[in-house]
Amino acid sequence: MSRPLIFEISRPGRCAASLPDLDVPRTELPEELLRDDLALPEVSEGDLVRHYTHLSQMNYGVDTGFYPLGSCTMKHNPKINEAMARLPGFTNLHPYQDQETVQGALFLMHTLQAFLEEIGGFATVSLQPAAGAQGELAGVLMMRAYHQERGDTARNVMFVPDSAHGTNPASTSMSGMEVVEIPSNQHGGVDLDALTAACQQHHERLVGMMLTNPNTLGLFERQVEEICAVVHEHGGLMYGDGANLNPLLGIARPGDLGFDVLHYNLHKTFSTPHGGGGPGSGPVGASPALADFLPGPIVKVDPDRSEEDLPFYALWMPTHTIGRVKTFYGHFGVFVKAYTYIRMLGPEGLRRVGEYAVLNANYLKELLKGTYPLPHDRVCMHEFVLAGPPKDVQEADVRTMDVAKRLMDYGFHPPTVYFPLIVDEALMIEPTETENKETLEAFAEAMLQIVAEARDDPDILHDAPLQAPVRRLDEVRAARDLILRWQPEENEA
Amino acid sequence: MPYIPHSDTDRKAMLERIGVGSVADLFQDVPERVRFPNLDLPAALSEMGARWELESLAEANLTAGEASCFLGAGAYHHFVPAVVDALVSRGEFYSSYTPYQAEVSQGTLQSIFEYQTMICELTGMDVSNASHYDGATSTAEAVITAINVHRMRRKKAVISRFVHPEYREVIRAYTQGLDMTILDTAGEPEDIRGALDEETACLIVQYPDFLGRIEDLSPLAAAAEAVGALFVVVADPTALGLLRPPGEFGADLVTGEGQGLGLGLNFGGPYLGFFAARQKYVRKIAGRLVGQTVDTNGERGFVMTLTTREQHIRRERAISNICTNQGLMALAATVYMAALGKCGLRTVAELCYHKAHYAAAQIDGLDGFSVVRDKPFFKEFVVRCPMPVAEINEQLLRGYVIIGGYDLGEEYPELEDHMLLCVTEMNPRQEIDLLVSALKEVTS
Repeated sequence: MSRPLIFEISRPGRCAASLPDLDVPRTELPEELLRDDLALPEVSEGDLVRHYTHLSQMNYGVDTGFYPLGSCTMKHNPKINEAMARLPGFTNLHPYQDQETVQGALFLMHTLQAFLEEIGGFATVSLQPAAGAQGELAGVLMMRAYHQERGDTARNVMFVPDSAHGTNPASTSMSGMEVVEIPSNQHGGVDLDALTAACQQHHERLVGMMLTNPNTLGLFERQVEEICAVVHEHGGLMYGDGANLNPLLGIARPGDLGFDVLHYNLHKTFSTPHGGGGPGSGPVGASPALADFLPGPIVKVDPDRSEEDLPFYALWMPTHTIGRVKTFYGHFGVFVKAYTYIRMLGPEGLRRVGEYAVLNANYLKELLKGTYPLPHDRVCMHEFVLAGPPKDVQEADVRTMDVAKRLMDYGFHPPTVYFPLIVDEALMIEPTETENKETLEAFAEAMLQIVAEARDDPDILHDAPLQAPVRRLDEVRAARDLILRWQPEENEA
Repeated sequence: MPYIPHSDTDRKAMLERIGVGSVADLFQDVPERVRFPNLDLPAALSEMGARWELESLAEANLTAGEASCFLGAGAYHHFVPAVVDALVSRGEFYSSYTPYQAEVSQGTLQSIFEYQTMICELTGMDVSNASHYDGATSTAEAVITAINVHRMRRKKAVISRFVHPEYREVIRAYTQGLDMTILDTAGEPEDIRGALDEETACLIVQYPDFLGRIEDLSPLAAAAEAVGALFVVVADPTALGLLRPPGEFGADLVTGEGQGLGLGLNFGGPYLGFFAARQKYVRKIAGRLVGQTVDTNGERGFVMTLTTREQHIRRERAISNICTNQGLMALAATVYMAALGKCGLRTVAELCYHKAHYAAAQIDGLDGFSVVRDKPFFKEFVVRCPMPVAEINEQLLRGYVIIGGYDLGEEYPELEDHMLLCVTEMNPRQEIDLLVSALKEVTS
């Protein structure tokens, strides 16, 4: 059931805002620079609230139900985080205020930097990047700057495994470098022989390698130390895509494994909400060799302005910084949430997160693997990838997308579908540690029931979803007709 | 442990089903050398303990509400109606992911479609994407769009030096690997026109500019068009409640910071980068786009569209690496724009305009101060001061709890001892009068 647009419930003369009267004399307006009209909606506050409340009810979130979207770590978003981020002492600070008046905020950032350094095993963290992809861009630019600073200017090749997130090659291209894809082996890991050969081939042009560990199949890269060693041997640097950091909390530190630079996703690993597609936050951690290249500013203690027992926190630009990747200091509101989360969990709690994320994924995998094909049957980390519905069902033209849409009718958000690209009909399932055993079992039950339905009457799946707010949507038509905004004429017809 | 629901019985049953003896056994793939590090982090707090700690950190800051704030320069103290936070605080919105599965994400998708429509109205443009991280990154993406439009054959961007200094830094950071020429020009129209040539992919100006000034952009639009460069305008959305939209001046791309649209100051983030374009560039722009379609029953619905431009499909050939953007901030801006509506946003803009001009007139009358009035201004204006800006600000803060203006001397050497003041609807007349008397006292 579709809802009217806010423009369609607009009526001339209504307004939801109550603004003060002008309390100073008027000044003449520059008439030639004024606009004639501004066609924003006109609605009362009551209508406004109902409209967006109704829209929210057409949305599925972690607060609504199980959201096993692989690679996205849709864990519970603790409510204390939200409450703390809304304290006026955090929300109502101007970024250019005198640093003396924002010492609480700068302390929080400084401490969060230190927490992330400790968790990831890095020397220095910059909180500035706005999201994972921007953290990647920053990290890749840092690797480039490191080589340039050493006069090693011919290096412009980045290795990216075929299982990588699409942001990895895209970030490399945005940095003006060339992507060389490294194939996976039959165990789902990086093919070390192919990597070694590529290292030899590109030797003097090698910038480094971007690696996600655990990889996008949810498997820990068993040869990670060998991979790091061979890349380092050829003068390259190792970039860690931290999208899959959740199962490593308290389990292993990427810096200890041999990574030189890594981005963290606060909106995945550290429980801050995804907001329907942002705001994220993608801090970057660096080894001592790369720390001077971090984007900034970052927060440091300024000894000149500190007094005994009273450190002064100040903003500081790293010496060889790649520059600012956004205005100001990053997504401060998100930092407050991640800080609160880390303070509430402590070191034992963080390790428990890693452990139970992995326990839940393996349990769910066991419940499904007898029915759904599992290309790599080994202990997984936080997620696992199935190769679509069983073969006989696929032969009846029931595909991964049909299973995904039918899951909606059972009240679940579908897993990530058709990614990673190296598994046909991929269903990528990440339950996270905050789901209980009964939820996992109910989801598995629905998955098995869907296969039974597909064998009985495949059209139920082709028609799905039947219970969602709308039925299956025509994406081809959207791209062909390309209606990207509301127009009054078309809707009156 | 907070947030983890498992009982001992659950854990045992699950391990048994998996076929391992302990949770630690699940980590055999992790090299033993590094497995299970002892993290040197403070011990866990209860919720009460965490609240106390965070509240004490928050109280250690001076808020723009406690002080009288006259600081702008890219982040603005505007009023945020309560309805904005009430709606974006709904868990169905904020605890969802990017709307990959459209049928259960219609709330997010429809609100983005509404957002795109409102941004088009505000800017006078044909299409808007679903958002970028902030005004600076949306402007950097505009530069990349411009070189893509020119198929990498033009790699020069001409930027007025009265575009926000941090935006210019971000553009340099984004394009450092792309072998581009980024040319900061003196800000006067004749200087800008002189810098344009057949190599220029785009011209970027800010409206109002960093010094708060407004002017008819048509001559610059014509100059850009004459050399085939894209005309990119970085606009303040609050000003667009009152001023002619950049689309009317012939802008090709309009970017800007949406923070003023209901987002609060948040110590610099999260904010909202908006990005609007003329229709002919729709396949060249970065970021997510939401389009209207129908479901199998013929009912209207919304999906992400033209995704073949994006990184998850095109990988190294994608237009940008952007994935997560500012979904919830775009929702906040949508609710804000709907709440203020046709008249309210204009009212806010007029309040800013009149109050800023009142403040400027009062300050201009003070001994030793003068307001730079070379062009009309909106809510920010430049004041020449009789002593260093840092010293004035220090005294305003200590003596009067006033957060003074932005010190222009560092970025613009010719504007040493010049302060950029910002006045919004949040500054009642008493605050402005207090500022005026305080400036008089601290310099006498």
